[in-house]
Amino acid sequence: MSDEGGPGTITVASRLSGYLRGGGVLIPLITAFIAFLIGGLVVAAAGANPIDTYRAIFEGSGLNWLFPWVSGDDRTLAALNLQQTLILTTPLILTGLAVAFAFRAGLFNIGGQGQYLVGTFAAVYIGSSLDGTPALLHVVLAMVAGCVAGGLWAGIAGLLKATAGVNEVISTIMLNWTAVFLGSYLFTLGGPLHSDDPAAQSIPVSNDVLESARLPVFWGDPELQGLHIGIFIALAVTALFWVLLNRSVTGYEVRAVGFNPDAAEYAGISAGRNYVKVMAICGVLAGLAGALDVLGWQFRIATNDIAVSQVGYYGIAVALLGRNTAFGTVAAAVLFGALLNGTSVRNLDPTIFEPQLASNLTFIIQGLIVLFVSAPVLVTMLTRGRLLRRRRPTPKPEVRTGAGA
Amino acid sequence: MSTTSDAPAGVAAGSGGTGGSRLRARLARVPRAAWLGWAGVALGIIAFYVTLPPLLLRTIVPSLVLAAAGVALAVVALRAGERRVGWGAIVACVAGIAGAYGAVNSGETNLERVVVWSALLAAALRYATPLTFAALGGVTSERAGVVNIGLEGMLLTGAFFGAWGADITSSWIGGIVIGLLAGGVMGLLHAVFSVSLRADQIVSGTAINFLALGITGFLFVKAYGTEGTPDDLPEIPDVHLPIGWIPFLGEGLEQLNLMIWIGLIAVAALSIYLFRTPTGLRHRSVGENPLAADTAGISPIRVRYYAVVASGALAALGGVFLSIGFVHSFSQNMTIGKGFIGLAAVIFGKWKPGGALAAALLFGFSSALAQRLPVFSPSTAVLFQALPYVLTLIAVAGLVGRSRPPAADGIPYERH
Repeated sequence: MSDEGGPGTITVASRLSGYLRGGGVLIPLITAFIAFLIGGLVVAAAGANPIDTYRAIFEGSGLNWLFPWVSGDDRTLAALNLQQTLILTTPLILTGLAVAFAFRAGLFNIGGQGQYLVGTFAAVYIGSSLDGTPALLHVVLAMVAGCVAGGLWAGIAGLLKATAGVNEVISTIMLNWTAVFLGSYLFTLGGPLHSDDPAAQSIPVSNDVLESARLPVFWGDPELQGLHIGIFIALAVTALFWVLLNRSVTGYEVRAVGFNPDAAEYAGISAGRNYVKVMAICGVLAGLAGALDVLGWQFRIATNDIAVSQVGYYGIAVALLGRNTAFGTVAAAVLFGALLNGTSVRNLDPTIFEPQLASNLTFIIQGLIVLFVSAPVLVTMLTRGRLLRRRRPTPKPEVRTGAGA
Repeated sequence: MSTTSDAPAGVAAGSGGTGGSRLRARLARVPRAAWLGWAGVALGIIAFYVTLPPLLLRTIVPSLVLAAAGVALAVVALRAGERRVGWGAIVACVAGIAGAYGAVNSGETNLERVVVWSALLAAALRYATPLTFAALGGVTSERAGVVNIGLEGMLLTGAFFGAWGADITSSWIGGIVIGLLAGGVMGLLHAVFSVSLRADQIVSGTAINFLALGITGFLFVKAYGTEGTPDDLPEIPDVHLPIGWIPFLGEGLEQLNLMIWIGLIAVAALSIYLFRTPTGLRHRSVGENPLAADTAGISPIRVRYYAVVASGALAALGGVFLSIGFVHSFSQNMTIGKGFIGLAAVIFGKWKPGGALAAALLFGFSSALAQRLPVFSPSTAVLFQALPYVLTLIAVAGLVGRSRPPAADGIPYERH
């Protein structure tokens, strides 16, 4: 069941294995540190003080709430900021897991964005209809709808890989953009799911999610967009992810296929069926991220936001930086949530650094992290000090050229 | 490799076969039943065509007759074992009837406003050009064995630096040159990681996209703030050709932007380079089997470097056209997925420049149509923009003939 004419057993995961399977938190920390260092140089080149800028971003993220010496008004403000950071962290954990789970099975799921989007579509549809459903049931139904939509969407890519050998990178990219235009169609003026509200007839938005389908806020003021309980759902799913991957038959099979699909096939594990299963699970995770976003704080979809949304793409950087582990993904998601919130127009003082510049700085840092992770050789060289020391003769690596040649 | 249809033929051509005889030899190999199938496809299209301007038949009967004939041909083809083209013909005939039914039931004035062939052709070429350049970049790099997911970012880089370069040099030529160089630098970055550091090409390409988004956005805000690019940005001029009298094509091709013609010439040039020159043969050999190429004295590393840098420069040209040839301004993330459609065109066009152009034109045509469809239904026109992606999914699933990448595409090469 390998890619026809493709590289056969060589998968993205197998090539990144050195980075992804190595233990320790040192390499991700160094990677992030170098990315932030270069980001700081960019800030300096733009004529601002990098240390002040990073401190302002840090305070804008609200992470200083964790310091016990912050008190009074500062503490209140930090709490508000931290709530926003964690609201942004919630979907990043899940889209990160959606990418990480695929990596563990030797697949590269670039489709987190599309799966996230169809999750939002389904959740907003169920959340805004079914008036009169009891609150708990309604929330659960809307979340399940998001999961199912995401799972089916990603399942297409899994099915295409299992049956026709279609590279999942290509199919998930195409599904991302199909989802973007599907959403633009659904909620545009005259679209099938466009708002019924007479006041919104000239605005391309969806119906609002009903009160009964909204996730309760547990920290902060619901009127001021306090933190909804989605973060606990995301953390619970993370725990489930760990159990599923490390302590279940499914997880064993997933990892086996990820290590070597041919060997797994020989051992009686159907790689094809695993591809479908893995992609569907990834889609469920990303779809849930979308559901939590619309049920937790957005409450509606505007077509303008669909093409701009980057949550699923951030998931790639989150998973890579978090080494595809449960804990690492959460940590990386907090980092990116803090970065996104800390650089937002609302939180960053323009006299220290222009927020519009800073949000682009986030993209640059994200790009640098992904770039460094892409070349395990580079990171390994750095950590082992190979750049400084003379290279020892290494045993010949296996031949990796074309499969059919 | 023996199953790849184009490789052996291409290699033969590289060692000196003439174009005409090769084409004739290839046509002779197509069985008669397949021809009948293709005729069925054509009849399906004609069934739709007759109900559109300028013919504009207001009854569906001729379309039904034409499509019925097409289905009959398809059945013959199917019975002869030509499954793919046979089913293709049936799909074309059903689609033709559906289209004809829609056209007969819509207003004549609406049809005449939407279906203006010359304007559609010109618009299709305009929409196709950024995709064509991106796709040529993709073909160049993937034929040397380096997957380039970063096309989107390279397109965006070209778009920004084209606009910025045109602004600071006050000349569109300056814009093209600076955009081209910036794209080359992005390509070089991708090459350093994917060739020298043997990075995973898909991951490093993804990184290129993020980086390009950040860098262009950062510089854009730094240089132009909230004002946006100036209104007096130098523009790439149009080319006027005295061919308006040629029916059907003349009116559409009479006045097109210079970059559109450069794009078409680049398709031909790249096609000749890849399939008719010894250097092109070496280029492709690195994409198929770098170890063999290395053994034959070709440096896969060097070829891949050149190819990926050229890929960035080509894709950037598409961006330059977008910003100073088409929209006449730059805005953040203005390419919104055009690079990925370019990637789709590479796959849809089976990694050949001509095929990529055909795919880009098809996608460009659907964009041009989507631009005019709001006359009928604004929401459906939006859905139309998903067409390139859905078509590509269908293509890679093997429903429209297998699309097969170069054998060593995506595999880092390591010297031993």
